[in-house]
Amino acid sequence: MPGKNSIVVRLVLVITLFSAVIFAATLGYNYYRSRVILQNELESNARNLAMSLVYRVEAQLMAVAKVTAGVARSLETGKYSEQQLHSLISTTVADNPEICGSAVAFEPFAFSAKARLYAPYYYRKNGKIVFDRLENSYQHLPYLYWDWYQIPRELGRLEWSEPYFDEGAGNILMTTCSVPFYKEIGGKRQLQGIVTADISLDALTEYISSVKILRTGYAALLSRNGMILTHPLKDAIMNETFFSIAEARNDPYMRELGRKMVRGETGFVYYKSLVGFPSYMYYTPIPSTGWTLAVLFPEDELLENVRRLSMTMAAMGLVGIVLLILAVISIARAIIKPLQVLTAATDEIASGNFDVALPAASSNDEVGVLTHDFQVMEQSLKEYIRNLTETTAAKERIQSELKVATDIQASLLPRIFPPFPEHPEFEIYASMVPAKEVGGDFYDFFFIDERNLCFLIADVSDKGVPAALYMMVAKTLLKTEGQRLGEPDKMLFSVNNILASGNESCMFTTVFCAILDITTGEVRFANAGHNPPLMIDSQSVRYLTPKPGLMLGAMTDTVFVTERLTLEPNAVLFLYTDGVTEAKNPEDALYGEERLLKAMQIAPERDMVSLIHYISSEVAHHASGASQSDDITMLAIKMAKKRPA
Amino acid sequence: MSKMWQRNRSRRKQQAIIAAICALFSASVVALPLGAAETPLKSASLMPLWEPQAQFAGYYVALDKGIYARHGIDLKILRDGPGHSAAEALKNGTADFAILWLTTALQHRSSGAQLVNLAQIIQQSSMMLISKKTAGIKTIADMDGKKVGLWEGDVSIPPRTLFARHKIKVRVVRQSHTVNLFLRGGIDVTSAMWFNEYHTILNSGVDPDELNVIFLRDQGMNFIEDGIYTMEKTLHKDPALAVAFVDASLEGWRYAFDHPDEALDIVIKYMREAHLPATRTHQKWMLERMRDLMMPASAQGKLGNLLDQDYQVVGRAMQKNGLIRDFPDYKAFVWRPDAGKK
Repeated sequence: MPGKNSIVVRLVLVITLFSAVIFAATLGYNYYRSRVILQNELESNARNLAMSLVYRVEAQLMAVAKVTAGVARSLETGKYSEQQLHSLISTTVADNPEICGSAVAFEPFAFSAKARLYAPYYYRKNGKIVFDRLENSYQHLPYLYWDWYQIPRELGRLEWSEPYFDEGAGNILMTTCSVPFYKEIGGKRQLQGIVTADISLDALTEYISSVKILRTGYAALLSRNGMILTHPLKDAIMNETFFSIAEARNDPYMRELGRKMVRGETGFVYYKSLVGFPSYMYYTPIPSTGWTLAVLFPEDELLENVRRLSMTMAAMGLVGIVLLILAVISIARAIIKPLQVLTAATDEIASGNFDVALPAASSNDEVGVLTHDFQVMEQSLKEYIRNLTETTAAKERIQSELKVATDIQASLLPRIFPPFPEHPEFEIYASMVPAKEVGGDFYDFFFIDERNLCFLIADVSDKGVPAALYMMVAKTLLKTEGQRLGEPDKMLFSVNNILASGNESCMFTTVFCAILDITTGEVRFANAGHNPPLMIDSQSVRYLTPKPGLMLGAMTDTVFVTERLTLEPNAVLFLYTDGVTEAKNPEDALYGEERLLKAMQIAPERDMVSLIHYISSEVAHHASGASQSDDITMLAIKMAKKRPA
Repeated sequence: MSKMWQRNRSRRKQQAIIAAICALFSASVVALPLGAAETPLKSASLMPLWEPQAQFAGYYVALDKGIYARHGIDLKILRDGPGHSAAEALKNGTADFAILWLTTALQHRSSGAQLVNLAQIIQQSSMMLISKKTAGIKTIADMDGKKVGLWEGDVSIPPRTLFARHKIKVRVVRQSHTVNLFLRGGIDVTSAMWFNEYHTILNSGVDPDELNVIFLRDQGMNFIEDGIYTMEKTLHKDPALAVAFVDASLEGWRYAFDHPDEALDIVIKYMREAHLPATRTHQKWMLERMRDLMMPASAQGKLGNLLDQDYQVVGRAMQKNGLIRDFPDYKAFVWRPDAGKK
């Protein structure tokens, strides 16, 4: 059943395809929009997170900077003995737990004219505050030349050092806040030294690295030089700068990004993190130190919920489509089922069995209507076929009756040739081809007495059965009246009176009636509206011009005239009906008297059979396949050469 | 299963035996030339100019790849860095060999220490003076009155000589071994080595086009730096050792340039052992620049050559600037095994 398959499959295909496309488009758009919304929200989230971290770092740094600056101010305003200075430094360390160590490092000879360098340093060690002198501990390179001293000295302002590992304190990541302090000497502001406070960055970096953004996102801290201070890439910490990593990765974009960071810019960028996942990064400076804090949101994890939602939607959609397919299949099946039954039934009908029971129209839908229509059609067909059968039977019966009638009619006309073998004085031949089964033409010939042969040709004004019946009457009448009266005009007069009286069906017949004296060749003839016969003698072929007479059956008491002519030896009299001259070809051109005359001139005259067959074939040739509209009847009579004495 | 395991085991056994034979065979092949030499390795020590870094890749690579051992030397590389001086180590006999700048060596020679140049590693000076473009310093003359960071000691000889020649006065600020003072704007001009500080500045986020860079060598101050030195008496005691040391060192350099990745691995290994921060990109830059600096000026020249003309330029410049009273004859200062034989 390919039909069933094709409808169900087509339905399923089209519906699945379209619903899948619609669904996919919806899902895609939903994903895209969610992503955009998420990104928009992300920037403010990232800013908030970064700012909270910056605030936290900044608070700690600012506190220390304030303390350090405070010490510097007090050194500028007050005069401190060595003891007071020591107590100032040690209490500064003691009072500020975030400060790991503090020093006051003097310019050469600034503290006392006796000692060139002087830098007392108090710092925490194993929970106690310990004292050291930096002029002693910095042996290889005097403290004057260290960044923490030199940079604020040269710049004349508070500076945070680049973070460094303090080996003495056990490799702690430190940064030093340094503040220069001055003294007015002779109206000139002269640098006296630098106050420093060291803070450990361990707590800070630990705090920053403990920030977990989603699962693998992170916060990172870069120094002013782009040095990595905290980062999941542990090996890079204090080893690599953002730029050295950019160089190693040959990534100019990354270098440019790093330059923005160390310039103290703030930005929100999409980039591939150092760890290697695509992420959104927000970076912003820590104002006091110029460091950069960056927070990274891994794109994958960020979009995970959206993705998961999309996946769930996709799964639901998929299940939905599957259900839809099942529903479509079941509906299609439900529709197909009665169609199938109907098809099976109509197959039977198609093979001719109109009695097959059609399924009951179960529903009111199109299939139900179709089923009902089929039922009606089946009934109509049955009815029609029954009628047809009856009609056909009737027609067949008529046909067979007509056949019998044809046979009877044929048997009525003289059909044995030569009919009078004992009379060599003349030769006669005739034929009739009816247009329908039973013709309205007829011919006849019979002896009235020893010498006179009556021969005639007639054409009833109609064809078919009524004409045949009429012809039977006319023929019978003509023969009886001919034998009784023996003269053409009397015969016609008598037969006309019989036919005309009570001619309710208004049928007529034309008759050419002639009586041949076989001993003399004298022909007496009378014409009742028939076509003029042809005369072939030694002189010529010509149409006779008999006196016109009214056809039989039209009017009683019509008078006919007997005319005479003599058939010389070998002369032929050719009688025919209008079926010959009015035979039509496909172009509706009549055969005509002209053609007949010409055909006669060249026709073989040897014997009458071949003459008539020749004319027949000429007429058939003219008609060239066009259907015969009228009976074709011909009669030819020829006087023998030698008259038996 | 058990059968398969057994087959595997027997196969493994077989492989082990083959491996052992191979090992034995190859060991004997390697041992053969050493055994043939039949001399015990001579102990020697080298003090480079600074902490382990790619500036000394050739020596560390030669040590690590057993090139010194192959030349019959059991070498010990001494730790240098802040508080150490290679010249002092050489003079007091702590080190048999040292990497010194030519200027340093001449100064010590001038003050009586009999230093001998065994090989001149760097063929052109890598020292440079860098300023930020914003400072508008394009020439040496522009540095007049500016704060210029100079390293303490011999290292400052070339720039000081240059400033003297240009008759300009700069405000010298002694600079440490970081570039932060310069980056923060504490000084206008900083001294830098092309293979080291320059790259550090770049990797602190400053682009080359933001800097004005003056190579001292372009100012006629091609004070060629690293060379291998020994004391005359050490040389006379065992000239073969000196020859072997120089040969092995140059071979180490060649190996390092041919196998840069391996050389970097080795250098970084020694840096980590010395607890130094090691940035591979930085060491890579350094090794590449060392290669540039070591390549002889002429195509026929070979590694380690000290050209007489270079020597004379440095010596005369130093003398003229009063940094040394006099400087020895090239042949007295430079010792080469082939030259000695002649």
